[in-house]
Amino acid sequence: MSDTPIPGYPLRPGRVHEVCGPGATAFAAICAAPGTGPVLWIREAHSREALTPQGLLPFLDPARLLIAQTRTQADSLAVAEEALKDGTVPLVVLAVTRPLDLREGRRLQLAAGAGGATGLCLIPEGMGSNAAETRWRATPRLAPQPGPDSTPFRWESIKNKSGTTGAWDVLWEAATHRLRVVSPSRE
Amino acid sequence: MFCGKQRRIVCVWFPRLASDGALRAHPLEGPFALTLRQGNAERLHCLNRAAEAAGLFRGMALAEARVFCAALQTRPADLHREAQLLAALRRWATRYSPWVGLEGEDGLALDITGAAHLFGGEAGVLADLRARLSRAGFTACLGLASSRGAAWALAHHGEGVAPPGADLAAIAGLPVAALRLAPETVTALQRLGLRHVGDLARTPRAPLARRFGAALLDRLDAATGATPEPLTPGAEPPRFALRLTLPDPIGLVADVQAGTARLLAALCERLAAQQAGARVLRLTLRRVDRDTQEVELRLAAALRDPARILPLFTRGIEAVDAGFGIDQLRLEAVQVEPLPAEQLGTTTAPGDPTRLGDLLSRIGTRIGLENILRLLPADSHVPERGFLTAPAVFSRPASGWNAPRPRPLVLFPPEPVAAAGSTPPRAFRWRRMALSTARAEGPERLAPEWWFDDPAWRSGLRDYWRIETWQGRRLWLFHTPQEPGWWVQGEFA
Repeated sequence: MSDTPIPGYPLRPGRVHEVCGPGATAFAAICAAPGTGPVLWIREAHSREALTPQGLLPFLDPARLLIAQTRTQADSLAVAEEALKDGTVPLVVLAVTRPLDLREGRRLQLAAGAGGATGLCLIPEGMGSNAAETRWRATPRLAPQPGPDSTPFRWESIKNKSGTTGAWDVLWEAATHRLRVVSPSRE
Repeated sequence: MFCGKQRRIVCVWFPRLASDGALRAHPLEGPFALTLRQGNAERLHCLNRAAEAAGLFRGMALAEARVFCAALQTRPADLHREAQLLAALRRWATRYSPWVGLEGEDGLALDITGAAHLFGGEAGVLADLRARLSRAGFTACLGLASSRGAAWALAHHGEGVAPPGADLAAIAGLPVAALRLAPETVTALQRLGLRHVGDLARTPRAPLARRFGAALLDRLDAATGATPEPLTPGAEPPRFALRLTLPDPIGLVADVQAGTARLLAALCERLAAQQAGARVLRLTLRRVDRDTQEVELRLAAALRDPARILPLFTRGIEAVDAGFGIDQLRLEAVQVEPLPAEQLGTTTAPGDPTRLGDLLSRIGTRIGLENILRLLPADSHVPERGFLTAPAVFSRPASGWNAPRPRPLVLFPPEPVAAAGSTPPRAFRWRRMALSTARAEGPERLAPEWWFDDPAWRSGLRDYWRIETWQGRRLWLFHTPQEPGWWVQGEFA
């Protein structure tokens, strides 16, 4: 076991990143965990899945979370752009339902650059935008032994504009509020 | 009275206030009355002159009135509207004197001490009042005296003017009812032969006080001016509305913005003077074709800083159809909240609540403020009711979360899984994925809340299991023992 830092994590501020895979929500929650400021979570109102504050507790205080419910993705993007440009909210999480084109992705990047906030798009598999700074795939893994802290994930960095890509097995320790890299795995 | 000067009070009595007001809005010919439901019967509430001439009177049952006067037209009375009308008249009457109060439900009392010369003396005031009110369609009876009681008596009993210091002489010939007495007192006085105010004033006071109590003498003294009776002017609530009328119509967004900026600056000054902040603002744009367009702005927090409010109007103003041009702008703070002055910091760091409020206002103009939500704890063990979502700008963040057992990060409506038995299935299919159970924790039995009839919980008890699959997914399954079946309801981090 080692504490090798993962290139690209923590996410670079002032940029927009992407994450896909079944562990994407947890990835976003882990990214939101270290800060103290508000987190804006933008999702479309018709989505059937709801975040539960009790489930967020191991990662962050649910009181920090602001949820913006929009009717369409155009509204979602407008809200994300506004929030990123303002920079008051350090992390803006955006649930994307259809692929962003280059113009939309670029506008988000420019807004994030202007405001200095971090953007994170939760994308369905294979719907990434070319403008994203990094793209991750997060998949939950079976824990070797049972326990409350047994939340291992496999994080794959599948795109990184300013660094190397790779795959890591990570573990979120709720008690210490810390992300632990279990071992660099090779495939 | 004070500074050696006599007060001069005008009492205006509107004998047909409600029907005059109703007829002003929708004029009618012939006998007309407003009806009010009292107990089980519709009764006449206010009649016009033609109806009174036909022999009808206030308080008469409508059915009876129809027998007397078949041509009677009626409308239901609206007491709230009536009060609003009187308040509007009170506001209008401040053109004669700043000290105007309400006199009962159908009258006004104006203290014109020292203000009469502006209208050419007392006779000028009365003539002007009468002329303007009759032009507006109101029947008014005026009384002028040095005391409120005498003015009331004169207004209600034949109008007239009491010269300064001669109140008693002016009202001596009026019936005792002019003293604003209870009807039973009036009857009792008449039985004693005291029919006029003058009779009453000449009667020894002590026996009167013994027989009728102090109230009668108080009324008499108030009418003669022996004891002062205060006149309470109506409160002037601050009005947060301004308008800008333009000589030529405008149509460009920048022009409308500039006009709004002017109104906003003045409005914010008013708000600052009242230590208030606007929460909801409405900009009404009147076009030359008399159509109006409204832009409503709801703010995340009470605000009175024009520089911060103005950019929020941009989106709404851009959406307005200017048509042939806009010639009037009206800005109103529809909802106002107290906002005391605050010590300003030197920096506006990120995470500053005011900056966050601005951001939420901006987002709110796009998606609606009620769509920005916050999670609040709720007292329920049922997972989907264990938290509330409330609009973030109308609630405060709350703590006090507890999760005695791990709860899923994401919750969705239960999705059925083909499995049987009360122990978790070894392998199952969910969302077209073949999953096999590696580890199962549970069961955690949750009972439905019987005090809610939740359709989702009609299947009765639920045994929840935390399932870890070989494929990695950590799911929250439940089994319903009373109606056997397996469902997936959530996913753990």
